[in-house]
Amino acid sequence: MLLSYLPVLMMIGFVTFLGVAVLFVSSLLRPQNPYGSKLSPWECGMEPVGDADIGHFRVHFFIIAILFIIFDVETLFLFPWAVILADKSISTLAFIEMFIFIGILAVGLIYAWGKGALDWL
Amino acid sequence: MIFTIKDLLSIIPELIIAGSACVLLLVDLLISKERKACMAVLSILSVIAAGVASYWLLGADFMGAKSFAGMFELDGFSTFFKFVFYTATVLSILLSFHYVKEEDINLGEYYVLMLFSLSGMMVLASGADLLSIYVGLELMSLPIYVLAGFLQNDVRSNEGAMKYVILGAFSSGILLYGISMVYGLTGTTELSGVAAALSDSSVHVPALSIAIVMMVAGFAFKVAGVPFHMWAPDAYEGAPTPITGFMSAGPKAAAFAVMLRVFMEGLQPAYEQWMVMVGVVAVASMAYGNFVAISQKNIKRMLAYSSIGHAGYALLGVMAGTEEGIASVMFYMAVYVFMNLGAFGIIIMMRKGGQRGELIEEYTGLARSHRGVALLMLIFLFSLAGIPPTAGFMGKFYIFMALIHRGMVGLAIFAVLMSAVAAYFYIRIVMLMYMREPAGEFEFARSKGIYYALFITTVGTVLLGICPGYLVKLAEMASVIM
Repeated sequence: MLLSYLPVLMMIGFVTFLGVAVLFVSSLLRPQNPYGSKLSPWECGMEPVGDADIGHFRVHFFIIAILFIIFDVETLFLFPWAVILADKSISTLAFIEMFIFIGILAVGLIYAWGKGALDWL
Repeated sequence: MIFTIKDLLSIIPELIIAGSACVLLLVDLLISKERKACMAVLSILSVIAAGVASYWLLGADFMGAKSFAGMFELDGFSTFFKFVFYTATVLSILLSFHYVKEEDINLGEYYVLMLFSLSGMMVLASGADLLSIYVGLELMSLPIYVLAGFLQNDVRSNEGAMKYVILGAFSSGILLYGISMVYGLTGTTELSGVAAALSDSSVHVPALSIAIVMMVAGFAFKVAGVPFHMWAPDAYEGAPTPITGFMSAGPKAAAFAVMLRVFMEGLQPAYEQWMVMVGVVAVASMAYGNFVAISQKNIKRMLAYSSIGHAGYALLGVMAGTEEGIASVMFYMAVYVFMNLGAFGIIIMMRKGGQRGELIEEYTGLARSHRGVALLMLIFLFSLAGIPPTAGFMGKFYIFMALIHRGMVGLAIFAVLMSAVAAYFYIRIVMLMYMREPAGEFEFARSKGIYYALFITTVGTVLLGICPGYLVKLAEMASVIM
């Protein structure tokens, strides 16, 4: 029984070996030319204002991120829903159900909007 | 998996509560801060509407049927508990009116979160599948976590809520692991299917014991049974007082409802195994809760330990494992709502220098100047201690009867001895109120909401103590879940 997991163990070993090997080989071949802008944490062209570990992140980012996640997940549900909607036997029900779901999310969005979560301070 | 109109009709009360919570969330945006009291009124109205719907469903022809592919069960048992939740919610909202203004937490979300929690409790009482039960459990708990930390500027409130949310997440993980093992052993999460699979004794492998341990631990956390009680004293002390009352009445009753359903319906064939574990938690809760309550100085903390003790008594009813035991737990939970919320009502009334009066010493000599308030507190404390002719006595009486009929006389004697210990710290407050000279002036929060709530709880506590017959009969009719 335990022996049937051997392929999994071999897979883990092989993947680990491959990862280390690729990094090692590329460290031999690549040109090494580190400089300030290349080592900075962001690649969007902005100058870092301070250190991230002592800096103050705005709580506002958190709310925006939460809102983004919620609607991202909603989209995730919408795609399979759009595919099965072609099935005539459940299409009406699925259609109504999805709009109830979107409606509940809309309540949350309107609430967040009303509370000023979408205003950029 | 297509559901019918009948399925939708059977969840009308839940739809009313969840729907009105969503609508109230939007209405709240339009109401100015001075007029948030109308949010409370609207919340009470929606609970009453749900109550009417539940009452109407009692006469429906699909009463007792399962809906949503066996996920949801509408029966007398769940309806009884739903009315317990409605009562607890309405009373807590009535107690909140004044409190939220005084403590400057007069936000509409307060009531909306209570409604969301109520809808979770209702799903929990009706859950006939381990998955719908789990969803209900989380729906009930998450708003309570927020409400426990609602006093944002109070360190104790934040600390209590933090402990509650971390331990709560931990315990629901344990419960979920137990559920997954039951699913692995029986191949279904539906309670009736679990019972059918477990009646085959070849399933009774050691893994089943581990699964049952995990489920007992998960539920014992929700009812605050020792050794899973650590969150209760801090969360109870820190939470806004009406929420403390709500937590100790509503979610606790909901946890007992689901415990009865899961253990008596789903895990009934494994009775011999869970009976021992529930018994250990019950005995430990009674002993620990009642002895530790003696040394408390803060009355909310004392009532937290007393509620741990009360969970112990009710667990004895679960342990009896008979229909009489189920009925006795149901009656006990109904009684507990009245007497406990009554006691919290008095605590909310007591104020000192514009602050919350929470120390037991502050009750010294109350009876000299305020006979009425002291008399009400006396009734609630006697009821909590289990002294006749109050409702608390009848609640304990039925549980002990169920135990004795089951032949567990030793446990019944132990429970009576623990009641004697409990009587000490309840009656100490009565002694302070009646036999000492007052140390200073008393201040009271005067609000119609508190008066109404105290009136309802007093009538409930006294009436159920003198003539409990009607409610007991209802509980016995509704206790047929096996």
